Amino acid sequence: MRRRMWVLALYMLVLGFILNLLGIVSHVVVSSFARRWFGTPFPRSLTTAWYTYAWKEFGLAHVLGVTIFVALTVVFLALLIGFPSAYILARRNFRGKPLLLLLYFLPLLIPQMTYGIPLATTLFRYGIGGTVAGVILAVMVPMVPLAIFILMPFFEQISLNLEWGAAMMGANRFQIFRRILLPLALPGLLTAGVLILVNTVSNFELTFLVSGAGSQTLVVALFYNVFAGGVRPVYSVDAMAVMYMTMVMILLVIALRFVRPTQMVFRLDKR
Amino acid sequence: MRRGETGEPSELDLMAIACLLPSLLYVLVMFVYPFLYGIYLSLRPLKVDGFSLANYFAFFTDQYQYKTVGITFRLAIPNTVVVVAFSLLLAYNMRRGIWLERTITTILVLPISLGVILLGQGILGFYGGKGWFNQMLLGLGLLEEGLVLTHNFTGVMLSLFMQQFPFCFLMLLGYISGIDPSIENSARTLGANPWTVFYRVMLPLIAPGLAIAFALVFVMSFATFPSAILLGQPTGATRTIAIAAYAQAFEMFDMSYASAIAVIMGIFQLAGLLVILLLRKRMVMAATMGVGKR
Amino acid sequence: MKETIDSLRFRITKRFGTKTVLRDFALEVRGKQFITFLGPSGCGKSTALNIIAGLIPATDGEVWIDGERIDHLPPEKRGFGMVFQNYALFPHMTVFVNIAFGLQLQHRPAAEIRERVRQMLDLVQLPGFEGRYPGQLSGGQQQRIAIARALVLHPRLLLLDEPLSNLDAKLRIEMRAEIKGLHTSLGLTSIYVTHDQVEALSLSDWVVVMRDGLLIQAGTPQEIHDQPVNVFVADFMGFRNFFPAQVVTLGPDRDVEAAGNGMKIRGKTRHIFTPGASVVAAIRPDDVVIGGDARGPNAFRAKVEIVEYLGREDEAILTLEVGGRLWVRTAARMTPGENITVVLPPDRVIFLPSEGSGGTA
Repeated sequence: MRRRMWVLALYMLVLGFILNLLGIVSHVVVSSFARRWFGTPFPRSLTTAWYTYAWKEFGLAHVLGVTIFVALTVVFLALLIGFPSAYILARRNFRGKPLLLLLYFLPLLIPQMTYGIPLATTLFRYGIGGTVAGVILAVMVPMVPLAIFILMPFFEQISLNLEWGAAMMGANRFQIFRRILLPLALPGLLTAGVLILVNTVSNFELTFLVSGAGSQTLVVALFYNVFAGGVRPVYSVDAMAVMYMTMVMILLVIALRFVRPTQMVFRLDKR
Repeated sequence: MRRGETGEPSELDLMAIACLLPSLLYVLVMFVYPFLYGIYLSLRPLKVDGFSLANYFAFFTDQYQYKTVGITFRLAIPNTVVVVAFSLLLAYNMRRGIWLERTITTILVLPISLGVILLGQGILGFYGGKGWFNQMLLGLGLLEEGLVLTHNFTGVMLSLFMQQFPFCFLMLLGYISGIDPSIENSARTLGANPWTVFYRVMLPLIAPGLAIAFALVFVMSFATFPSAILLGQPTGATRTIAIAAYAQAFEMFDMSYASAIAVIMGIFQLAGLLVILLLRKRMVMAATMGVGKR
Repeated sequence: MKETIDSLRFRITKRFGTKTVLRDFALEVRGKQFITFLGPSGCGKSTALNIIAGLIPATDGEVWIDGERIDHLPPEKRGFGMVFQNYALFPHMTVFVNIAFGLQLQHRPAAEIRERVRQMLDLVQLPGFEGRYPGQLSGGQQQRIAIARALVLHPRLLLLDEPLSNLDAKLRIEMRAEIKGLHTSLGLTSIYVTHDQVEALSLSDWVVVMRDGLLIQAGTPQEIHDQPVNVFVADFMGFRNFFPAQVVTLGPDRDVEAAGNGMKIRGKTRHIFTPGASVVAAIRPDDVVIGGDARGPNAFRAKVEIVEYLGREDEAILTLEVGGRLWVRTAARMTPGENITVVLPPDRVIFLPSEGSGGTA
């Protein structure tokens, strides 16, 4: 039946994608465990030495620390200043609101390279370039708007009547926030938090432009090591890449328990 | 005070301003200011006193430089088309939920966690000249010569696809699932086969979301930087405009020229977006016109 | 394809995961009948309709039209018309295109399409609406366009899934009459799904009462209304007074005398009981008589608790002296606190099996 053929073809496509993914990932994983590997389908002998090598040589403890610190800080700060703004933008209408929304949308629209270069220049001029603080400040630029746009639909779903009902029962603004808004907005906060976390950890351009020797995140450090004049054996770089992937993947799998995947992206239906 | 649609006064009260101020200030200070500063910088070339468009002239008269615009478009547009088409195909057919939906969705989304480096290394290793893919094709006798899939456009597009497909797929899946299923059902009871249902009923309703997805993927593709370096030829065939800007800033240390290139990049990207939005209007009109014959 | 059917026959079972939504739901429908599936939410009536339409497959069972099995046919090939609860009009197409959609798919000539759409709009009393968009129409107008869209194809079977539930009360009454009028004048065979017993009674030739995927009782509106087969159906059809009792004596002509909770009640039944059987006496609020002979059969003293003014009648809740509540609807005026006599006329009292033995008719 045509319907069956069609469904089969689709499952084949999905399968193809998955095989493609597996092939790419496993090649890197295998390489990271190879003692040496030239031209043969599979390395002759395996070792875990590259992982310890990478850990020591690339100062991964420090890099990992920086990455986690930057990521958590960005998530916290972006949600902190994005949450109230998203609430107001979801609830209120005012003259200039479309303009304001456009303004918030710009850092997501305009290429990071375009505003990253002058941003980096500015930060370096004021002495925060090259520091962890500088990286945090830079990565927050697109993350604050992201937090706002992810949170807004969640707020729109919380009926205003819930707040009014609480007010009628005597709750003040703070109590409404703590006992009604915050709990109901939790899924939104989780979703936005996960998304910001993943985006921050994987952010390249801004971090690349702003970071210095001691303030590189994993991705940037990885990039440098790929091009570090051939001194770094590719297996060690692959080992580092695998460590990065494992970290983020665990994070994602945990997050997907709490967050529905389709809520993690832009809501395309602007109502 | 006038009442807005949400029932709140439509003037901004103190609380509203207090809520908006932190993020607004942040965007103004950390984005608008550097952005404007970048434009200012671009107009103050290194070798010239005062304001001048010399950087821009230099860019558009240097073939090595202005070529990057064409390269970037030639990379971004096909890539966007492929990503969106593939995402639409899968999202549309999964709109009512399929077997193992949660698992498949999770798997299709995991590439988000890979990181551009691992993807780059992996694609090089898997699809490279001596990679597993080619070895398999040669070994099975399906090809005489290996396919050149890396260090060129194809390699970059592979990387971009893997990075963008998860987002695009999720966006479209969410959007399409939100369309009332009884619209589709009624079309079927009126005699429409599945293709007619898609083409004449669903596609026009998906079009707005499709346009936004297209725009967002285009934006992501146009700014491509590390993928173009790792999997392409950064000094030649896949020298994107982002690479040109970076090179000017951190290899030639000419911040002014670099800013100019960055501004040009921004302008071309926005121009591309405008074209997409205009095309979307034509597309939606065409789709509904065809059904509006009296 | 013929434009009418002689018979529709089905027996379907449907499971969603571990939940069984329809259990061996079987029926035979004759051409030109107006059938209603009536039941509370979740009883499976919409699921059954969707299976007949071909929109979802049955887990088990068959659907036959005029002696031919049609389960394998996709919905677009069945030639049925369907009207949905939320109308499902195509928002991006004009009224004209919405109605013409099916005809365009059949590649009819443009002139014929124009004429048939115009006729249909006249039929649903919305002439000249061709150029409007669904978003510009009121609920009632959208509903009529949805009906027009289904009917313009001369379907051999019309399926309606709670089409009136999104309309306000006054509109619902008007549309009910229109639907019935269309069914009769066009000679349609219709299957209608609703939870509203008034709609079911006023529209149907045959009513099928459903609960939890089972067919509980099928019959004419009169039968369902006057002779419900068990407490569930009686409750659904407006009997609000139920008194558990045990059978004392049985008389000729299916007379029953029963006693329980200090009450002695006489009435009738369509069931066969033995003395001592547990039964439930049921009577409609509007059948209760206020006043009357306090020493006569089925007479009780009661105190009026709450009175609601309904215009021509009062609806009241009474507490019986022997205990228990009685709902009453009557033209006689009452005042709260009054002690009065009520009589439950024996020919209006029916006896039903005790709950838990809800059989089929």
